[in-house]
Amino acid sequence: MSARYDIHDLQEQEMVLNMGPQHPSTHGVLRVVLNLNGENVRKAVPYIGYLHRGTEKLAEVRKYYQTLPYTDRMDYLAAPSNNLGYVQAVEKLLGIEEDVPDRARYMRVLMAELARIASHLVWLGTHALDIGALSLFLYCFRERELINDMFEKYCGARLTTSMMRVGGMPAELPEGWVQMLEDFLGIMPERIDEYENLLTENPIWIRRTQGVGVVSPEDAVSLGLTGPCVRGSGVNYDVRRARPYQVYDRLEFDVPLATEGDVFSRYQVRVAEMRQSLRILRQALDQMPEGPWVAELPDYVLPSKVDAMTSIEGQTRHFVLTIHGYKAPPGEVYKAVEGPKGELGYYIVSDGDSKAYRMHVRAPSYYNLAALPLMCENRPVQDVVAVIGSLDIVLGEVDR
Amino acid sequence: MSDKNDPNLIENTRRIIFGWARKSSLWPMTFGLACCAIEMMAASAARFDIMERSGMLFRASPRQSDLMIVSGSVTLKMAPVLRRLYDQMPEPKWVISMGSCATAGGPYPTYSHLQGVDKVVPVDVYVPGCPPIPEALFYGILELQRMIQRGDRQVKETPLEPAPELESDHLHTAGSGV
Repeated sequence: MSARYDIHDLQEQEMVLNMGPQHPSTHGVLRVVLNLNGENVRKAVPYIGYLHRGTEKLAEVRKYYQTLPYTDRMDYLAAPSNNLGYVQAVEKLLGIEEDVPDRARYMRVLMAELARIASHLVWLGTHALDIGALSLFLYCFRERELINDMFEKYCGARLTTSMMRVGGMPAELPEGWVQMLEDFLGIMPERIDEYENLLTENPIWIRRTQGVGVVSPEDAVSLGLTGPCVRGSGVNYDVRRARPYQVYDRLEFDVPLATEGDVFSRYQVRVAEMRQSLRILRQALDQMPEGPWVAELPDYVLPSKVDAMTSIEGQTRHFVLTIHGYKAPPGEVYKAVEGPKGELGYYIVSDGDSKAYRMHVRAPSYYNLAALPLMCENRPVQDVVAVIGSLDIVLGEVDR
Repeated sequence: MSDKNDPNLIENTRRIIFGWARKSSLWPMTFGLACCAIEMMAASAARFDIMERSGMLFRASPRQSDLMIVSGSVTLKMAPVLRRLYDQMPEPKWVISMGSCATAGGPYPTYSHLQGVDKVVPVDVYVPGCPPIPEALFYGILELQRMIQRGDRQVKETPLEPAPELESDHLHTAGSGV
């Protein structure tokens, strides 16, 4: 062996490996630069901004009701949760939180919980796909299509729903929608069992996930992790419990916790959350009262189409609201919901105009991504894929 | 089809066979950008199964693929990467611009967003929608297959000049937003 290829020299070299932004397992356009020592990761640095679309800046030039569709496109796996967070913040700013009718609140909860299941299904499918369980991807998307059908029937869109309005919901549940939800609730528990049969006791799955990407409860809290990422470490924090919104204080559900803080724990938490969401859906469907689905607030809520087409007052209101919007009192609000990824908060500053002076989104994926360097340190390079999958980041939300 | 006395019989037959072969095994690159990527995944998953039905197979590397589905927002930071990936793909290659963000900037007339992916790569088929439903993507793929069979392209066959300098004022032309 020549001196040039001396094995001792080679061992001391650090290799820099670029992962992304075009990489099938980075779930979008994340770029991670890995410093490798042999197969082990010495340092992993995520680079973001490849999907920075300027949503927060656009919120400053769009009226309040015009900003709503942009919220869909941040966490596009769970658009109704984003809609809910945004309309709640605007309602709090306008001081009309109490006027939202009960039926609208239950409908919002239904949609948000369906969105949570849909988001977790995409997470489970792609996470398993990354690790090598190919068939789960097809199973998860099969059930997700049922949820998409429900969204499509309600608002016409499968993915970017824009299905909530300031003051309530845009329409009554269409005929047959409740039956679709009943059917879904009927088949979903056994489908979740099916996923668990494939994964939970699968030795390959266990070896790829247990003890990988461990984050301690202290680190999880200090990094600002929320959602399943922090509950996987055993920290009991759920916005639905800590600061109940809509009707979550009237519903019974458990907050699933795991103790290890590794990839497997986060998997357990998310699968258990799907079951809890089914419980919430069942209760919300049973408790949902009849009645109006939008508040009687002529200053903020568009008139019905019949009203706008047949009466001069309705038509005037329609034009005034769509052209000028409504002005919000000066002030600042923060309102958070428990999205599928964690605490999704909207912070809006108003200077009394019909547009926000500044809107900031506390996107859970952004904070969860901060744990990536810690989780990957001194782990083999293949664990990076498992860790990114288990963090369940959506780059539209990270970069906004 | 041409008759027997056509002097271009061999050339025409070659075109038909090559067109059939190329359109029947389009290999798209795994290139998810934003929301449209989820619909692209849904299109290839259980219910629609569009990719498998039309002879497509997702490849993770640009060097093994001949179709780029630009599924979602292309930002100014992403544009040079996209162009480099396009340059790495072997000829012949095609591009589908999926969704209104990739086609014309969509709802984002902002400082950081590329106003149409055709400013950096030549596009063959534009699929409208925000995001397009899987059926719409399927229609776009079928249109592309017809186009390949006919042998015509909307863009010129000659390779483009090397990647342009990606200055923001060169690319950013829409001015209605921020």
